[in-house]
Amino acid sequence: MKINEEIVANIAELAQLDMPQEQLQEYLDSLNNVLELAEQMQSIDTTDVEPMSNPLDSIQHLHADSDDGFVTESNHRERYQKVAPETEQGLYLVPKVID
Amino acid sequence: MSRTDWEVVIGLEIHVQLLTAAKIFSGASTQFGALPNSQASAVDLGLPGVLPVLNPAVYKKAVCFGLGIGAKINHRSVFDRKNYFYPDSPKGYQITQLDYPIIESGEIEITLSNGSNKTIGVTRAHLEEDAGKSLHENFLNQTGIDLNRAGTPLLEIVSEPDLRSSEEAVAYAKYIHHLVTYLSVSDGNMAEGSLRCDANVSLRKHGDSKLGTRTETKNVNSFRFLERAIEFEISRQMEILESGGRVTQETRLYDSERDETRPMRSKETATDYRYFPEPDLLPLYIDQNYIDSIRQQMPELPDQKNTRFIADYQLNTDDAGYLSANTELANYFESVVDTGGNARLAANWVRVELMAGLNRDNLPLSEAPVSATELGFLIARIQDQSISGKIAKTVFEALWRNEATSAQDFIKANNLSQVSDINALEPLISKVLEDNIKQVEQFRAGKTKLMGFFVGQIMKQTQGKANPKQLNEILLQKLNSN
Repeated sequence: MKINEEIVANIAELAQLDMPQEQLQEYLDSLNNVLELAEQMQSIDTTDVEPMSNPLDSIQHLHADSDDGFVTESNHRERYQKVAPETEQGLYLVPKVID
Repeated sequence: MSRTDWEVVIGLEIHVQLLTAAKIFSGASTQFGALPNSQASAVDLGLPGVLPVLNPAVYKKAVCFGLGIGAKINHRSVFDRKNYFYPDSPKGYQITQLDYPIIESGEIEITLSNGSNKTIGVTRAHLEEDAGKSLHENFLNQTGIDLNRAGTPLLEIVSEPDLRSSEEAVAYAKYIHHLVTYLSVSDGNMAEGSLRCDANVSLRKHGDSKLGTRTETKNVNSFRFLERAIEFEISRQMEILESGGRVTQETRLYDSERDETRPMRSKETATDYRYFPEPDLLPLYIDQNYIDSIRQQMPELPDQKNTRFIADYQLNTDDAGYLSANTELANYFESVVDTGGNARLAANWVRVELMAGLNRDNLPLSEAPVSATELGFLIARIQDQSISGKIAKTVFEALWRNEATSAQDFIKANNLSQVSDINALEPLISKVLEDNIKQVEQFRAGKTKLMGFFVGQIMKQTQGKANPKQLNEILLQKLNSN
């Protein structure tokens, strides 16, 4: 599988990356190299192999029965909002988004 | 062509907010209505370096729901990242479950207005986190973000495209709502967004095996709106198809004020969520012991209760449905039967007198002034004919108004027991007949309407306490034996 400039531009947009036109070719080439590597790996027969969803050889341990979970956090809004660019009435302010 | 030429195909995705005190991956509270961002922890804010920790209550609720719909509980389920940028989801992705959901293949039986039943398949139900809230109105060129809701646990329940009308869709949604509330999986508070529906609607000609192009109407938060939104979509798509057009696959929003659906502003490029397994969370393994332990704690399901009420108590379907719909009411009813014996009489008293009293005084069942045991006692006394239904109502009202502490004491203190003793009744009846010889003659001459007159006279003498059945028997016997 090979991808074209249009796909690279789309991926960049989805990832909210600002990608200048002149860099498109560079990224296209390096992504195509990665895809080539993936293609090589795909030629391996994995029929009976269960997909790995986590590299750690461990599982999520079931906790003793709980109906609510544990509220351990108190309100640290002031501390968190100190590092926010802009806040008002307890809300984080961001550039207008409608969709 | 008309409406009947088309087959409507509907599938619902229902987001249910799980009833847990803490969030799905953080220790922040899920309490509704708190000050903005006062319940948004570092994990909910997506600050660098934080790790999600799965709340055990979340899979407990999911397993509980899965058992409630006879579904398969997957022993292994996996969390995935769904990537998209929007400020109310500050991590840049939502943690959800894609390929290995916790619940699969359940079934729900709905009852339609014509009395028929239909089985609707539940494809899957998976765990995910909710996003925060965007407030667009109050700020000039800016949007305010409240992340209190971010990380609230959700169970997304996906139906098979088995629904064929808005009525079926609403019946299905109501069933889910009832079940999750009943099992305390969710508080079911729709006004606070605890249950939201996305409706996938498409049309095809009857007999077509291929599905038509569907639209998805998102975030419908009331049953009424669900019905309206689906009806609007059916008419809209029918108009397009009948004029030879094609339905565009898109996401729409229902506007309740205009009663219409409108396409959401779609981006130029189709969204690609680039799912991948969540590296910060281990796969969730739920073993059979755990499932069995949850099963043991589960209350009897509404359907099972309903069937049992009909079989064990010989209730009609209406009474059984009403009394089994709510655990608290069902328990009250069963306690009344335990003491009172007669289930149909108990059902009637609970539905009529008890509910009327609760509604009139705007009281919850837990604060009913008449306990199930007292009501049961009254019903037992009606049964053994020591009081009449009418007197029982008097006692019930006295108990309700706190004028009496126990039915037994009140009946005794006010001398309300019926005179069922033949030895006590007979002389009274004889006396009344002797005093009204003229009427006795008229009765014997065929004026049988006078029966009421005699009964009235005797009731007057006994202050209404004569056992009516016995009174009638003895009276007729005397009148007819010349």
